Amino acid sequence: MKKYLSFFRLRFTMGLQYRTAALAGMVTQFAWGFLEIMVFQAFYQAQAEAFPMTMSATASYVWMQQAFLALFATWMMENDIFDTIVSGNISYSLCRPVRIYNMWFSQSTATRVARAVLRCFPILIVAAFLPEPYRIAKPASAWHFGLFLITLILGLLVTVAFSMLIYVFTFFTVSPQGVRIVFTSMVDFFAGAIIPLPFFPADWQRVLELLPFASMQNVPLRIYSGSMSGAEMKKAVVLQLVWLVVLVTFGSWLGRMAEKKVTIQGG
Amino acid sequence: MLLKLKDAVRLYGHYLSINIRSAMQYKTSFFLTALGQFLVSFNVFLGIYFMFRRFSAVEGFTYSEVLLCFSVVLLEFSMAEMFARGFDLFPEMVRTGSFDQVLVRPRNEILQVLGSKFEITRIGRMLQAVVMFWYGVSHSGVDWNFPKIATVIFMLIGGCAVFSGLFLIYAALCFFTLEGLEFMNVLTDGAREYGRYPVSIYGKKMLLVTTFLIPYALVQYYPLLYLLEKDSRPFLIFVPLLAVWFLLPSYALWRFGVRHYQSSGS
Repeated sequence: MKKYLSFFRLRFTMGLQYRTAALAGMVTQFAWGFLEIMVFQAFYQAQAEAFPMTMSATASYVWMQQAFLALFATWMMENDIFDTIVSGNISYSLCRPVRIYNMWFSQSTATRVARAVLRCFPILIVAAFLPEPYRIAKPASAWHFGLFLITLILGLLVTVAFSMLIYVFTFFTVSPQGVRIVFTSMVDFFAGAIIPLPFFPADWQRVLELLPFASMQNVPLRIYSGSMSGAEMKKAVVLQLVWLVVLVTFGSWLGRMAEKKVTIQGG
Repeated sequence: MLLKLKDAVRLYGHYLSINIRSAMQYKTSFFLTALGQFLVSFNVFLGIYFMFRRFSAVEGFTYSEVLLCFSVVLLEFSMAEMFARGFDLFPEMVRTGSFDQVLVRPRNEILQVLGSKFEITRIGRMLQAVVMFWYGVSHSGVDWNFPKIATVIFMLIGGCAVFSGLFLIYAALCFFTLEGLEFMNVLTDGAREYGRYPVSIYGKKMLLVTTFLIPYALVQYYPLLYLLEKDSRPFLIFVPLLAVWFLLPSYALWRFGVRHYQSSGS
């Protein structure tokens, strides 16, 4: 456990170095956030009664999504990992007394946390002082906020566990490109990154909420904005835990299979 | 002049064939990536579809009208991307100093930059744009006649010019910053994503900016009003062509950059 914590620490400090990139990213995310809210606002004005969340909850959802983008965006993956598989440098890691799965897991978690830490505070602070309807709302209660933090961490772990599957698949396909794009576009849509899940038709929503994708950003963002009832929240947290266990078990089993059959590329 | 142009087209064709042949060395990866690109922009369409399952109209635009708007913008963007996305790799060229090689060759620099790397997998997105365009046009319920068809063609020309201009500006700025500016993505990819809705839904101020500063509205909102018979003034047919002027300042910035280029790298 200790060695994986130090992998985490190393990656985390490394991630904190990219401050200019974070600043540039923040500016971009502000623009996206504003445009996104403008779109929802236009729909809200057109037909407020068909709106599944309150406008202020939607604005909170959008800003939280932008602030914690780095935690949940599946397209932000570790290019290093793909490189080691494709180039054959993976052989060095295989020699070490570590489980590749656990090492990569802690590294990608660390990178995501570092990126999010750099970006989230400026975005949230500015969003708190914006005029209505753009302002981010306070959490519904202290209890909601606590639960938000817990589900945020669980959501991050589910996201990493899912992206681990993509890394492991790369062992079998060598070129990560195709698998990666197909997976990430699927996740983006079903996780509620394009439109929040409550905006889907009711029958779709019922199915989507059971899938692992809904256990990523959907849960914390909606708990924060207060658009989930007590029973829904309980169910969502349980589902998050279930999916986390399932994905990690499957991923590490697949990882062990891949380690046994691995072909070292390059020379 | 004409001879020179013919020569340039031939050179571009040559670059293209080199790039295609090199991409074809990795066939599986090529097809998977193309498929992926195809799916990615499909997300945006699904987003629109599901929003309109719930809402009947936004700012007076119905589902089929928004779809027409989205599909035209997507095709404008994809055409520009096919042709001009080579500028994406320009920061790399400036940083490593390989732009020096380009400068010493007796050919147009832009042509060489565009030809240096041609992301052939974008064909997936292009294919998707064509399918969307066909779907958007056939489901728009627009009564097609000659002026309207001309309007759409002008929109495609103008839009292609605007997006190419933006790619060119992105590259030109690298002369001064030595790295790609992430913010420019808001103007290109952002315009593709958010251009799915007519500009007017973003409010009056946005409409002004996109009319006079970066002329998205000229290739999207105004001609759309004509197509959908919300405004029948005939000059709207030609408005998209005005957007072609956007290439002039972009090109000027590029020239300015080239003149001030100081080699970096080794």
